[in-house]
Amino acid sequence: MGKHIIVDPITRIEGHLRIEAVIDDNNVIKEAYASSTLFRGIETILKGRDPRDAGLLAMRICGVCTGTHYQRSIEAVEHAFNVTIPKNARIVRNLLQGALYLHDHTVHFYHLHALDWVDITAALKADPKAAAQEAFNWTDKPWGVGEGELKTIQERLTKFVKQGRLGLFANAYWGNKHYKLSNEQNLIAVAHYLQALDMQREASKMMAIFGGKMPHPQSIVVGGVTCVQDITNPARVAEFKSLLNKYTQFVKRAYLADVLMAGTVYADEALDGTGGGLKSFMSYGDFKLDDTGFYKAAQLFPSGVVLNGDLSKLIPLDQSKITEDVSHAWYKGKTNLHPYEGKTEPEYTGLEKKEDGMAYLKTKEKYSWIKSPLYDDNRVEVGPLARIVIGLAAKDKNITKYATSFLAKLGDKLNLGKAAPVSVVFSTVGRTAARAIETELMVDVMMGWVDELAANVASGDHSTWTEFDFDKVSKDAKGYGMAEAPRGGLGHWVVIKDGKIENYQAVVPSTWNAAPIDYKGRLGAYEAALIGTKVADPEQPLEILRTIHSFDPCIACAVHIVDTKGKELGSFKVNTSCSI
Amino acid sequence: MDRRDALMKMFSAKGVKVNTNRGEAYYSKLKETMQKRLNELRNAPAASKVDINKVLEAEGLTRRDFMKWASAACAAMMLPASFTPLMAEAAELMNRVPVIWIELQDCAGNSEAILRSDAPTIDELILETISLEFNETLMAAAGHQAEEHLDEAMKTFAGKYLCVVEGSIPLHMDGQYGTIGAKGETFEEHLLRVAGSSAAVVAVGTCATFGGVPAAAPNPTGAVGVQDIVKGKPIINIPACPANPANITGTILHFVLTGQVPELDHLNRPKFAFGYRIHDNCERRAHFDAGEFVEAWGDEGAENNWCLYKMGCKGPMTFNNCSVVRYNSGTNWPIGAGHGCIGCSEPQFWDKYAQERPMADTHFKAPTGGVEKTVDEFGLGLLTVAGIGIGIHAAISAAAGKKEEV
Repeated sequence: MGKHIIVDPITRIEGHLRIEAVIDDNNVIKEAYASSTLFRGIETILKGRDPRDAGLLAMRICGVCTGTHYQRSIEAVEHAFNVTIPKNARIVRNLLQGALYLHDHTVHFYHLHALDWVDITAALKADPKAAAQEAFNWTDKPWGVGEGELKTIQERLTKFVKQGRLGLFANAYWGNKHYKLSNEQNLIAVAHYLQALDMQREASKMMAIFGGKMPHPQSIVVGGVTCVQDITNPARVAEFKSLLNKYTQFVKRAYLADVLMAGTVYADEALDGTGGGLKSFMSYGDFKLDDTGFYKAAQLFPSGVVLNGDLSKLIPLDQSKITEDVSHAWYKGKTNLHPYEGKTEPEYTGLEKKEDGMAYLKTKEKYSWIKSPLYDDNRVEVGPLARIVIGLAAKDKNITKYATSFLAKLGDKLNLGKAAPVSVVFSTVGRTAARAIETELMVDVMMGWVDELAANVASGDHSTWTEFDFDKVSKDAKGYGMAEAPRGGLGHWVVIKDGKIENYQAVVPSTWNAAPIDYKGRLGAYEAALIGTKVADPEQPLEILRTIHSFDPCIACAVHIVDTKGKELGSFKVNTSCSI
Repeated sequence: MDRRDALMKMFSAKGVKVNTNRGEAYYSKLKETMQKRLNELRNAPAASKVDINKVLEAEGLTRRDFMKWASAACAAMMLPASFTPLMAEAAELMNRVPVIWIELQDCAGNSEAILRSDAPTIDELILETISLEFNETLMAAAGHQAEEHLDEAMKTFAGKYLCVVEGSIPLHMDGQYGTIGAKGETFEEHLLRVAGSSAAVVAVGTCATFGGVPAAAPNPTGAVGVQDIVKGKPIINIPACPANPANITGTILHFVLTGQVPELDHLNRPKFAFGYRIHDNCERRAHFDAGEFVEAWGDEGAENNWCLYKMGCKGPMTFNNCSVVRYNSGTNWPIGAGHGCIGCSEPQFWDKYAQERPMADTHFKAPTGGVEKTVDEFGLGLLTVAGIGIGIHAAISAAAGKKEEV
């Protein structure tokens, strides 16, 4: 008989997520279920509002992806109104979202994901001198890990551990035998964990320069951007550039080096495809590189679909082929609907409380607040790995260059005598590496965009907004904003009637990835990635966290769809006093 | 002008409704209370032994930087400069106050804000050096190990920890719209349990304070704020979307100093942060007074930093200190980036203020109505007074007044 594991809460993610897994006698995962246990109803709240205000509210779907929902919502309305924004506005939006990528990816790797690979307690036993030497194995210019720095950090850590309360680091899976880094490698990673806390602040300053604040920026409007003062002031632009310069150094000398180090040490898991999952991918494409208007402009990340790991065949993306299935989600409905028609009513059937006091998902029926989106009746994964895979399939020069460079370095470290095979990316390790690869690409292209903006403003173009006649364009319109959030393909669909929002649907990255089983019994991306993984110690399901975190879950994003007419089950009861 | 001067100017400005000078007797008594409290803390067993001086040293900051920060923090909390040494001492003792941070119906925006921090960088250092026992976004443990640690921390620090809450609480459908843990505890049960043995509850962000975005009309999940659920505990509300981390730090410092909650307004917001309007200290205020307004995005007025009132700025109705403290280490703030204030620290702001048109031209009216009276009347009163003598502006205010009465 196997064991049934519940991991709830999954921490170091955005939102509320539960994973249940059934393992066999050899501790191999045979069944896996992902469930979101929170629900808010933001699309319902958007109905009836002025479409020009939708962006501010839709942004609150998520405080992590923040600005990207803001942009998609405003693009959906601009698409409906057929408004093309000025060049300055396009570049500013690219810079805002680019900075969000930098912030999100580094925070994800160091603060949300690293502790699945890095054992902090082992770092205490490291020799700082040897660790400083070790760092040179992964880059020729290591960042902030000289012997002196490492000694200081180790002393701080030792002191922290000695006083007996570990706070945020308490009760984790330390000492688990699936932690494979050496003591010295652990120390390097821990040093960068602490330094990244400082660095990510710089990325949010970059966003604040053109966005006003972060999280939840406030400088984008239907038709353009409002930060005209910030783009016409050379000192502001220079400040952005200096922060970007600093970040570039950190990405290349710390982040990429650490991912290469982890990728090499955990190479077995990449080579045997642990956590590979669906192997079918989709990208909506993003970062418009010219001003030819909606869905015609050249893009940094190409759009498309690749099925079953077949990189030789790139399927062009057609948004009308996206549907959502609710067979295993807590909503009513039988047919799969396109987001324009998307209308759902909640049908919450609850968890099953068993004698052991635990509450289990009813996996044969409905078990999550997340729907199951399908592309042309296929289950697909989205995210940084999908963008790299689609880029390779599309033979995109930029993406191919950065991806092959990383694979070559990995092949070298593994003494393969050639580059590591592309197939290594179909794994948990590959998903984590893909994020680092595109971060390097991002810092390099952003530098060019800042110059492009400065040159355009210097040429006398101060335009930041395209005028439109609201009463005329908002009578009867519909549109979509589809692009790539840091976590993957994000789409907002809006239907507008007589100046008000009639219907609103968002299908977000974590909806694609964290979705439950579909009507044909096919698994969602998280679930598929867990199947077949061996757990070293069922009491410490480190491997589950590792694979789930590799997707960078953002669950508040994924769950937000409800119709107010939804049926409420159970009685209404409010406890208004503290239970003491 | 440095931060302290700016803050002092702000507190002494005309129209500010906070008493900034309470006389010698008041301050001596307060000092006595604080000193007593600090002595208690000094003698109490430490929750975490991280030493602020070592942290400063490691981060390359001098004692002088630290004292400068303490001085600004005093000003932010409306205390005379003579309190600076006490403030510094409080910061050094902050590691003795355990904090348990729970997330309910939220977007993690406030956790992210704390991570990115703002104001002097040292604020964040201090947040890192309190004993943060539980925070789902950052903690290493997961699943039952995480739950176990929460139970242990609650027991060890019973009656002593601050319970920080992010996110609203859904009440419809028996609270089942949000559950947590292997036993499927509802958010409401979870909140009552964790708040139950805390010393005080700090609600951060507008969702935890007033219901925020999930509670916007038609409030599909029946979302409410912490103060609607938790009774019999001191509650401090730090709204805004997300809350400014400087205000969270200020509140925690006050708790360390006095063992009590700071002085609050009628909405349980600390007066040191929410005692004045955005409009009172807005960098574009002179243009408002001169009747110079942005009339369309990207126009001449926008290029010249004119007033955003006609583009829907709700600064005159909104109580918060953004115009002085700003965001992301003082890098910028919404009005600085050319967009009006959306009133995010006010109850029901999504249904009242969060649109890009002045109140007079609002297309949208919340289906369920819901007007937060005091603040609104106050805001309109102000507009009317300020508008006199500015022909064009007075007309708008009058129109706004009429529409609002409907």
